[in-house]
Amino acid sequence: MIIHQLSVFLENKSGRLTEVLEALGSENIRITALSIADTSEFGILRMIVSDPVKAKELLKNRSFTVNLTDVISIMAPNEAKYYAKVLKILSDLDNSIEYTYAFSVGEKSVIILRCSNTDEAIRALKEHELDLMKASDLYKL
Amino acid sequence: MDRQELKKVQSERLRETVERIYFNVPYYRDKMQEAGLGPENIQSTDDLHKLPFTTKQDLRDNYPFGLFAVPMSEIVRVHASSGTTGKSTVVGYTRNDISTWSEVMARTLTSAGANRHDFIHVAYGYGLFTGGLGLHYGGEKIGASVIPVSGGNTLRQVQLLVDFGSTVLACTPSYALFLAEALEEAHVKPEDLKLRVGVFGAEPWTENMRKEIEEKLRIKAIDIYGLSEVIGPGVASECLIQEGLHISEDHFFPEIIDPVTLEVLPEGKTGELVFTTITKEGLPLIRYRTRDLTRLRYDKCRCGRTMVRMEKCLGRSDDMLIIRGVNLFPSQVESVLLEMSEIKPHYLLIVDRVNNLDTLELKVEVDEEFFQDKISQLESLRQKIQINLESALGLGIKVNLVEPKTLERSESKAKRVIDKRKF
Repeated sequence: MIIHQLSVFLENKSGRLTEVLEALGSENIRITALSIADTSEFGILRMIVSDPVKAKELLKNRSFTVNLTDVISIMAPNEAKYYAKVLKILSDLDNSIEYTYAFSVGEKSVIILRCSNTDEAIRALKEHELDLMKASDLYKL
Repeated sequence: MDRQELKKVQSERLRETVERIYFNVPYYRDKMQEAGLGPENIQSTDDLHKLPFTTKQDLRDNYPFGLFAVPMSEIVRVHASSGTTGKSTVVGYTRNDISTWSEVMARTLTSAGANRHDFIHVAYGYGLFTGGLGLHYGGEKIGASVIPVSGGNTLRQVQLLVDFGSTVLACTPSYALFLAEALEEAHVKPEDLKLRVGVFGAEPWTENMRKEIEEKLRIKAIDIYGLSEVIGPGVASECLIQEGLHISEDHFFPEIIDPVTLEVLPEGKTGELVFTTITKEGLPLIRYRTRDLTRLRYDKCRCGRTMVRMEKCLGRSDDMLIIRGVNLFPSQVESVLLEMSEIKPHYLLIVDRVNNLDTLELKVEVDEEFFQDKISQLESLRQKIQINLESALGLGIKVNLVEPKTLERSESKAKRVIDKRKF
C-alpha cells in the first residue's frame, strides 16, 4: 500500500524541470502524477513514476538530489466530500498531513498523501473501507 | 625634516624598539635567536631586512595578549578586530600609545584641512573597532568639536548633519555614499549642509567612488589608511593635494616586499606593504605584513610634506575581504559550515555593492543524505546556516540552498568567492 514517490530538489532556475523530464523520458519512465512545492529560491518536485528505483538512479547519476518518500494513495469519487472524509479520518487521529495532491481519472480522483505516520494512516483508511491503491495499480494509470 | 635626519631618528627608535621586544617579548626573542640575531645586530633601518616578519597568524597564536611588551598594568586600552575562526586580533595601548595615536590622527585631520573651528561628525563605529575612537581622539587633539555619532541610524545622522552644521565627515566611503542618498531622499541639498571635507577609510575604494562622493556631497574626499595591528587609523593619510597618502613614518616604518620571495623591493615597485612600529610600547610589531598591495614614493609632495607617500591600496596579497568595513576571510565561513553536520562545505560567497552598500550572499549545496522532501526542513536549515554565520561573522548575509555539484570544483583551489564590486 506504500507508494515510493520520487522527490527531487530543484533550484528555481529555468530549464531544470525540463532536464529532469528529459532524463526520465530517455529511459521511457512514465509519470502518473507530478506536483511542485516551491519557495522563492528553491523547490521540491514530487512525482509518482513507473519505476521509482530506476528513476532515482538515473537522476542521481545526473547529479540531482533525489529521494524516495513513502506516500499513500486513495481512489475515490471525484467529489470534494470524499477528499474531506479522508482528511478528517487522519486529523481525528492527530496524524498530520505534510502535503497532499490529487488528480482526476474519469469520474474518479486519485489522492496522494504524505502523513507523519504512514502505517497508522493505512490502517485507519482501510477500516473506513477506503480504496487504497497499490503501487502497481497507480503506475498503470 | 630632511630624509637624512629622519633616518637618524628612525634608526634610533628602531634600536630602542628591538631592544624592548628582545627583552620583554619571549616570542620575538626566540624568533630573533633562531635567526642568530641579537639587539646589537640592528643598528639602523638598513639592518631591518635581517629581522623576521610578523603576521596576523603570529598575533592569533599569541592570543590575546602574548605579544604585549609591557605588563598589563601599563595597558590603558584594548581594541580588537574580527579574525578567522572566531578569534580576533587583539591590540593593546599604553598611555603613551594613546597619545601617539591621537598625534597621528591629529596629523590626518590637519592634512585634510581640519582645525579647531570644525565640527567633526564621526560615523565610524565606536567600540572594539579602532575607527570611531581613533578619529575621536584625533579630533579632540586638534581642538575641533567632535560629534561621536558612531554607525547606523542613518535618519538620525541626516538630522544631526543638518542641525549641527558639521563641517567634517568621517566614515567609510561606502557609508558616505549611502548617507548622500539618504540626504537626497530627505530632500536635503548639499547647500543646506556645511560639510567641507570627508576623511574616508577602513575599506578599499576607487577614484570613481571618490568622484561620486565629491559630487554628491560637494566636499573634498580624503583617503585615510590604517590597521588596528599597527595602531588603527592614522598610519597614513592624504593631504589636500590628493596624490598619495603620507605615512607617519617617524612612528611606522614602511617597506614594500615581494609577497612571494619576501625580498624588499626598490622605490616605486608595487608589492606588499610591511610596517615596523618604532615608537609603540604596548604592542610593538616588527615587519608586520599588512597584505595590502601598494607602492611608495619618497619625493617631496606639492603640499610641502617630505614624509613618504603610499599609493591608494591596489588589492590584497591574501583572500581577505572587507565588507562594510568588517574583515572577512572565506575560511571563517568554511569553519562555520564545517561545524554543521547537515551540509557539506561546498559554497560560494558572492559579494556585491547594491545602492552603495556591500551585500554578502552565500550559496551552499544541499547534502543528498540530508534531503528529505520537506520544504520546512530545507527552510529551517537555510535559516540555521544564516543565523550561525551572522553571529560568527558579525555581518548580515543572505543564504541560498543550491543543488549539489552545481558549484565549481577545481583540482587545486576551488573558487569560493566572487567579488562583483569594482575597485
